[in-house]
Amino acid sequence: MSAVLQDQKAHGVLMEVRDLTKYFPITGGLFSRVVGQVKAVDGVSFDLRRGETLGLVGESGCGKTTTGRAVLRLIEPTSGTIKFEGQDITKLSKREMRALRREMQIIFQDPFGSLNPRMSVGQIIEEPLVIHRVGNRKEREARVRQLLEVVGLASYHVRRYPHEFSGGQRQRIGIARAIALNPKIIVADEPVSALDVSIQSQILNLMEDLQHEFGLTYLFIAHGLNVIRHISDRVGVMYLGAMVEIASSEEIYHKPLHPYTEALFSAIPIPNPDIKRERIILQGDVPSPVNPPSGCRFHTRCPIAQEKCKVDRPILKESGPDHWVACHYR
Amino acid sequence: MPERVLDVRNLSTHFFTEDGVVKSVDQVSFYINSEETLGIVGESGCGKSVTSLSIMQLIPSPPGKIVGGEILFRGENLLTKSSEEMRKIRGNDIAMIFQEPMTSLNPVYTIGDQIAEAVVLHQKVNKKEAWKRAVDMLREVGIPSPEKRVREYPHQMSGGMRQRVMIAMAMSCNPQLLIADEPTTALDVTIQAQILDLMRKLKREFHTSIMLITHDLGVVAEMADRVAVMYAGKIVEESSTGDLFREPLHPYTQGLLDSIPRLDQPAAEKLHVIEGTVPNPLNLPKGCTFAPRCPKVMDICREKTPMLTEVSEGRKVSCWLHVDPQKQPSGKEAAS
Ligand SMILES: Nc1ncnc2c1ncn2[C@@H]1O[C@H](COP(=O)(O)OP(=O)(O)OP(=O)(O)O)[C@@H](O)[C@H]1O
Ligand SMILES: Nc1ncnc2c1ncn2[C@@H]1O[C@H](COP(=O)(O)OP(=O)(O)O)[C@@H](O)[C@H]1O
Ligand code: SF4
Ligand code: SF4
Ligand SMILES: [Mg+2]
Ligand SMILES: [Mg+2]
Repeated sequence: MSAVLQDQKAHGVLMEVRDLTKYFPITGGLFSRVVGQVKAVDGVSFDLRRGETLGLVGESGCGKTTTGRAVLRLIEPTSGTIKFEGQDITKLSKREMRALRREMQIIFQDPFGSLNPRMSVGQIIEEPLVIHRVGNRKEREARVRQLLEVVGLASYHVRRYPHEFSGGQRQRIGIARAIALNPKIIVADEPVSALDVSIQSQILNLMEDLQHEFGLTYLFIAHGLNVIRHISDRVGVMYLGAMVEIASSEEIYHKPLHPYTEALFSAIPIPNPDIKRERIILQGDVPSPVNPPSGCRFHTRCPIAQEKCKVDRPILKESGPDHWVACHYR
Repeated sequence: MPERVLDVRNLSTHFFTEDGVVKSVDQVSFYINSEETLGIVGESGCGKSVTSLSIMQLIPSPPGKIVGGEILFRGENLLTKSSEEMRKIRGNDIAMIFQEPMTSLNPVYTIGDQIAEAVVLHQKVNKKEAWKRAVDMLREVGIPSPEKRVREYPHQMSGGMRQRVMIAMAMSCNPQLLIADEPTTALDVTIQAQILDLMRKLKREFHTSIMLITHDLGVVAEMADRVAVMYAGKIVEESSTGDLFREPLHPYTQGLLDSIPRLDQPAAEKLHVIEGTVPNPLNLPKGCTFAPRCPKVMDICREKTPMLTEVSEGRKVSCWLHVDPQKQPSGKEAAS
């Protein structure tokens, strides 16, 4: 058995996503008829392995948030399967899904918008415990205090309101709420993007500590590639609703195969003026997901595109050990 | 000796709010030479935008007020200019681009109208020539089919294109100084790379000096000749870009550089952390404002404020580890 296979066995697949699509209807005209579709996520497949952090990167609008929400069924997928511990959750009723939600939580980018300003910190963190009828009042209160301490906030904060906290502290509150029910999966949608660098590292370290302590599995969405490389075991790169490459984070950084991944990494400014790099500057803008290009969605900007790319859509295939890429020529 | 295009001396800009006085910019001094790019870095709220708006004299007043200092532009103090004179300088000699281009583009006029208006306002040309200039500038900044796009409205363009339009507008009068306040923060990395590339090209062609404000240390490393690091309304360190990244002197600069995940280094197990948070601007700590978070804090730091002082050729820092308390002139900042 190869090291990779052994690794997969040891970790096991917690969630298996296959051919996930999410189209948003565009309505218009007098009778609000559907006049088109935003193909936000268009045939995305990946595994989420137990205990790992899978990073999801890509530029604005490529479908990261939609993917993260669809796999928790916070929005209904248009098609595809999502197996959680072997069970296809797209087939579950709303009620069955609600029970399962304990296992799957989400942390949002905007620590300001995601906390109800009229609820105290204690009430915010207690809410999921109340919804899932966990413990009695006293036990819940004790749990809330414990959670505050776990995320590095003194328990006397329990009666204060979100506006009394800084961005980093609010993100800690969001994290406490997410781990309250001991979930198995946490989808973290840009949890540090709105924070200053000196606060970012505090939150990243906290999330890593919690992962080790509670055996959490993260689907970690970010557009900052340095953050993604730091926190992820594996990284998936998205472009215009499609997954174009998945590999371990070191592999994808040192040996990117997809031309888009290559350009993306080469575009990041590095805080070291002594390093001079070859920069690949892509021409043009990301096309609209309403009318994505035919064939390979990247062909309009790809520096090595051929005729075939305009016609045939490449599928994700294993190009090296545990290194998946969707390109005809890589 | 190179010409000093901009020389800011002991600039202080305060906001007089209901809750008290916010010293957003406190005794800040720096300069920019001709054809030079100065990077100004710091976390949100440290005073970067207030510094740039002070230079342009666009501080909302009340509650804001420039309470002290001089802003010398090619030797003349902008703070003594009439508002009519300032209007001529803005856009013509000094141009500015912002983080969110949509806020500074007028949604009801075509981009051609807006660039042409700026040109007519500042240069002695007629409407027709101004339009031609608008088309030329759009081509210059890499907008495809500029003859067609010049008739479009801002909302018909992507974020990256709008920033190109802003740059076209800013460069249309060939300014001596371009102030760019987080010009790529709202953009994706591949689009950011295009815009940074464009700024480098324009700097070469037009010989413009650039004051580049950003919170991204990577962008600074790539673009700036010199860097000024701001913290809580003050410049805490200033040096050539090479020196700053090779050997940061101020503990805050060191902490910042250590706490970002680095792509140019092997992945670290654990990130360095700067403990605590930026101080409340209404209630700044006594002495060095970084003292509550500084791993190297000493007794004197909580008592006396270190001034930005030259410690070696071209390197300035405000920290008692590097500045001799005996030698610091009391009260006013050491002359720059
Ligand atoms: N409710 C909705 N209705 C219509 N279109 C939507 C909706 N939500 C998302 N979209 C569209 O789907 C596409 C993918 O959006 P998504 O939010 O998943 O992107 P993202 O990768 O998370 O981007 P960002 O980095 O900006 O957060 C975009 O074109 C977006 O405009
Ligand atoms: N119009 C205003 N009224 C009151 N305070 C302001 C105003 N504009 C800026 N400030 C304050 O000045 C400080 C510096 O702000 P700013 O220069 O915008 O920071 P940044 O470095 O993020 O650009 C902050 O404390 C901010 O809250
Ligand atoms: S399939 Fe063709 S267009 Fe797509 S990334 Fe590969 S070479 Fe480029
Ligand atoms: S003056 Fe003191 S507290 Fe301030 S940065 Fe230097 S060592 Fe730290
Ligand atoms: Mg998103
Ligand atoms: Mg600002």
